[in-house]
Amino acid sequence: MENNLKKVDIIFEIDEKQSPLAILEKTVKRPADEIILDLIDSGLKGRGGAGFPTGLKWKFTRNEDNEVKYVICNADEGEPGTFKDREIIDRVPEKIFAGMAICGFVIGAKEGYIYLRGEYNFLLKNLQKKLDEFNAGMKKAGIEFTIYIKSGSGAYVCGEESALFESMEGKRGEPRNKPPYPTVAGYNSKPTVINNVETLVYTTMICHMGPERFKALGTKDSRGSKVFSVSGDTPISGIYELELGMPLNEFVDGFGDGDTKAVQVGGASGHCVPRKKFNDTIIGFEGIPTGGSMMIFNSTRSMYNVLHDYLEFFTEESCGQCTPCRVGCQQLLKGIEAVKRGERPPAYLDDLKKLTATMKIAAKCGLGQSVGNPFNSIIDNFREEIIY
Amino acid sequence: MSTTEVLVKELVEKNGKTRNSLMPVLQGIVHNEHFLSEEALLCVARELDLSAADVYGTASFYTFLDTVPRGKNIVRVCKTITCHMKGKDEIIKALGNALKIKVGETTNDKKFTLLTANCLGWCHKGPVMLVNDDIYPDLTTQKALEIIEEYAKDVK
Amino acid sequence: MSKYLVNLKINNMPIAVEEGTTILEAAKKLNFRIPTLCNHPDLTVAGNCRVCVVEVKGARLLAAACATPVSEGMEVLTNSEKVRIARKHIVELLLAEHNADCTKCFKNGHCELQDLSGEYRIGDHVFLDLVKPASKIQDISSPSIVKDDSKCIRCQRCVRTCTELQGVSALGVVNKGDHQRISTFLNKPLHEVVCTNCGQCINRCPTGALTERNYIEEVWNALYNPAKFVVVQTAPATRIALGEDLGIQVGERVTGKMVSALKKLGFNKVLDTDFTADLTIMEEGTELLTRLKKALVDKDEKVVLPMMTSCSPGWIKFQEHMYPELLDNLSTCKSPQQMFGAIAKTYYADKINIKAQDMIVVSIMPCVAKKFECERPEMRDSGYQDVDYVLTTRELAMMIKQAGIDFDKLEDDHYDSILGESTGAAVIFGATGGVMEAALRTAYEIVTGREVPFTNLNIKPVRGMEGIKEASIKIKSVKPEWSFLEGVELNVAIAHGLANARKLMEKVKSGEASYHFIEIMGCPGGCLGGGGQPIPTSPEIRKKRAEAIYSEDTEMVLRKSHENPEVAEIYREFLGEPLGHKSHDLLHTHYKARKRY
Ligand SMILES: Cc1cc2nc3c(=O)[nH]c(=O)nc-3n(C[C@H](O)[C@H](O)[C@H](O)COP(=O)(O)O)c2cc1C
Ligand code: SF4
Ligand code: SF4
Ligand code: SF4
Ligand code: SF4
Ligand code: FES
Ligand code: FES
Repeated sequence: MENNLKKVDIIFEIDEKQSPLAILEKTVKRPADEIILDLIDSGLKGRGGAGFPTGLKWKFTRNEDNEVKYVICNADEGEPGTFKDREIIDRVPEKIFAGMAICGFVIGAKEGYIYLRGEYNFLLKNLQKKLDEFNAGMKKAGIEFTIYIKSGSGAYVCGEESALFESMEGKRGEPRNKPPYPTVAGYNSKPTVINNVETLVYTTMICHMGPERFKALGTKDSRGSKVFSVSGDTPISGIYELELGMPLNEFVDGFGDGDTKAVQVGGASGHCVPRKKFNDTIIGFEGIPTGGSMMIFNSTRSMYNVLHDYLEFFTEESCGQCTPCRVGCQQLLKGIEAVKRGERPPAYLDDLKKLTATMKIAAKCGLGQSVGNPFNSIIDNFREEIIY
Repeated sequence: MSTTEVLVKELVEKNGKTRNSLMPVLQGIVHNEHFLSEEALLCVARELDLSAADVYGTASFYTFLDTVPRGKNIVRVCKTITCHMKGKDEIIKALGNALKIKVGETTNDKKFTLLTANCLGWCHKGPVMLVNDDIYPDLTTQKALEIIEEYAKDVK
Repeated sequence: MSKYLVNLKINNMPIAVEEGTTILEAAKKLNFRIPTLCNHPDLTVAGNCRVCVVEVKGARLLAAACATPVSEGMEVLTNSEKVRIARKHIVELLLAEHNADCTKCFKNGHCELQDLSGEYRIGDHVFLDLVKPASKIQDISSPSIVKDDSKCIRCQRCVRTCTELQGVSALGVVNKGDHQRISTFLNKPLHEVVCTNCGQCINRCPTGALTERNYIEEVWNALYNPAKFVVVQTAPATRIALGEDLGIQVGERVTGKMVSALKKLGFNKVLDTDFTADLTIMEEGTELLTRLKKALVDKDEKVVLPMMTSCSPGWIKFQEHMYPELLDNLSTCKSPQQMFGAIAKTYYADKINIKAQDMIVVSIMPCVAKKFECERPEMRDSGYQDVDYVLTTRELAMMIKQAGIDFDKLEDDHYDSILGESTGAAVIFGATGGVMEAALRTAYEIVTGREVPFTNLNIKPVRGMEGIKEASIKIKSVKPEWSFLEGVELNVAIAHGLANARKLMEKVKSGEASYHFIEIMGCPGGCLGGGGQPIPTSPEIRKKRAEAIYSEDTEMVLRKSHENPEVAEIYREFLGEPLGHKSHDLLHTHYKARKRY
């Protein structure tokens, strides 16, 4: 894959001279406002999918007047096609801890939680061991911050931040109404910063290396690099840290198997880009944003099956509380089946597309709102495959 | 006191008597008893002063918090797209044949339950399965059968 | 704390409202109605049905009007093209997973979903039918409540009711995704779980998914059966609410019309539960004084205080499930409905020369728990089931409509005698605090020989809609036989809605408060807000019903239970004295502990 793609090594880079704990100790000696300015300056946006500027999120939470605040690391990674957080947790957990502690220092929180999806329980033992050491290290360094681990139990929607809080509070993972946002009322209704695993590592690294190196990467709207989870029809599936803002055709040149028909960018809830659009698709916030998942399909794959799988996933994983999503997902799934079987005319697909427009604006959370992404992009580009 | 009661009391002791500890308590029970029995759910409700329906409703939200009896070893084969492309159907078929059960069922000797799961986060190494908490990527049917064999022999 | 005013525009009309107001509330002020389903004035905001979505200019998403607070400069459109399309889609989606056989549905004509789909003229079904055959199997295990999943729109109003107002949580949301539904602990039938049969969930269910088990046909059959002598009793709170279901405005009393309608329906005798409410006061008041004496004078350790009222069967079942250790605190008095049944099939049947086995006792109740209560095995002291059928206020309204009676035009009529006479003290049983007030009016007078020291007998401290009320009355200058009560400060407490009852029980258990007497009503507001009352319900509606009850009381000639001449007569002719042998056999009962799930 040695072509135009710019490989980067920030996330997994191990600096022998300065451990994450040392970075933390160094950073907490600086004024909190300066750290926020650095983060804003770096242009770092959340890597969990929504892409909210991290510096601002921290700033808002810092500005909240409350004795108790929390930092939460979202390690619920459940988006089909995404597996980069697992690798990060496995390889550089201290960098996550350091990011959380820096955040705690900035916003004034004393407790941090890692919400680890139940499917990653096998990571627990090692993670807890490293965490105990790190907690002890912080204590020794006089940093008043403790991190705990909470486990999920198999519910994709708990990756949605407010559902995650509900789950941590011992409830069903049903997303909350917004506002209030987590910066005002998150876990236990206290001001909370919730960040993706990867985001937190970048904050550590920006504090370590200064915003410049990060800022120099990527484009105006998509600063820095990102860890991609590459899977599907590729000879070199795996995890790659790449500069943001790359055109999709370069990515396919580097990763495809020569017969790539489509790439699903951003997981099941992302967009499917067909070959003819590779050239003018940018991977980044100005083009198609992604939490890191890149699923490659070659010409042997049925896009009907792909869409069917996605819809089945959402039908099962919807929390089920709101009408547009609970019933909408089932309608989309049963709808394409009906069209396939000839029980509904092909034009029914257009009725379903209109339904996704409603789901996009009327569903309660990001899950229901984004089901239209794969649906429309696959129907629009592979209509024949769906019908016949 | 039954063993379940003792277990629940221990878990509540360890995690605290508040609603916030409901998940770890339920997870702890499943870890030990493979599923949440009526007795266990009632015990949790009593210890945490929650309604039984509420505890059940919460548990039923989470795929891993089973409320129907499960075998000693729970096999979950990923059924999501990449694993689908890479042959999860064959794996499921092979396991089903070997264990003589269908997806969702438990063997007569209560050793295995065969289930499917949504994306397990190993798409680059599909097909994959979880057996209890352990992950097995890059499966072939043969590999899958060998792994099950190990569990059958209680080696694992 | 004074609140900021927020300026916004709704459909281009400017308005300033207090910070924290929702878009829904602000729109209402401008007379824009936004449809809602999951929202209810008694419950916390859920924001899950999404029919209330509105467009906020500049926002990517539509906002749920019920769940979104206003903000400065906001411009809201409640009926834009986007909104209409989305709203219609949402109603269509709800109907797609709905068993919409309206013509066969008990809620036909009283259903919020039906109204909404009518309003939007949902015609051809665009979407696929998703009703699961299994969901059509109704849960009819409970004698009070029918649960039909195929009619459920998952608004969770019932769950919030059962949890927030009743503190019971018999119902919960289970599973997720397409399997999500409303259910009980391990999907057990309703009669096996902690459900108190209060019916509050029915009052707030927008559809036909939760309804009362109805006995209308059974009652018609009884009325048409010439071999049966059918008597009817009407609970205090029916007379102030029945009109709501018959085109009369909230808060208007219809006592006379109701009696008239019942006679037209063909009941052989129209009698009043208010009579046995007065009787209850005699029994319960005496029981309280006896307990006080045993506790204060005899220092009898077995006597438990506080004594708690027992006229609300929802509350009784709650206590049996939740606080079995406090069952001895409950008064042993049956509820007025059951006292009535027992008296009707003994004393009254004898008096009018009817065989008990030929008599059918029907109750008109604001309550669905009474349907369960009349089937309790303990409630057969006459040798037969004391009360045969319980109809809710709503069911009576249906019967009146079926009979083609123009209710509004009816002349007032009077209850038959005997068992038809009552006092103002009985009427106020229908409001929270009413039993307490009635008991105090009588007990105070028995003990001191004087009326309670409150203007016009109105004991204001025990009235009102506060969840838990407390009061103390100093007892002074007692009659010689009550000397042990001289100077005693009688502490009483009142709770309505089982969530408040729970709070009070915790206080009792912890010993934080020491009361002598506690009144509990299972439903918010007391029976006037009962699970069998006309739908809808809200704090305002309940307030108006309460006003109606207290004005009924004020207008009565007799306002103290012990002044009821028929009550005096029954003691003279039949019962002997309160707590006497006959009373014990017919008017008192016992309770049993139940499982907590
Ligand atoms: C259905 C759904 C699932 C999500 N799952 C995850 C997840 O697994 N991990 C994650 O970091 N963010 C996930 N998110 C996004 C989070 O809600 C939140 O935006 C994110 O954790 C914020 O962190 P960031 O700003 O660092 O990206 C999910 C959102 C939705 C709507
Ligand atoms: S959009 Fe789906 S997941 Fe989100 S709240 Fe609604 S039903 Fe739940
Ligand atoms: S619940 Fe409402 S919409 Fe449904 S069948 Fe009954 S009346 Fe019709
Ligand atoms: S009747 Fe009362 S206790 Fe029973 S489910 Fe309904 S609200 Fe809950
Ligand atoms: S039973 Fe009624 S109140 Fe409860 S969720 Fe269903 S429709 Fe709503
Ligand atoms: S699709 Fe199977 S692990 Fe992701
Ligand atoms: S009424 Fe607002 S979301 Fe249901």
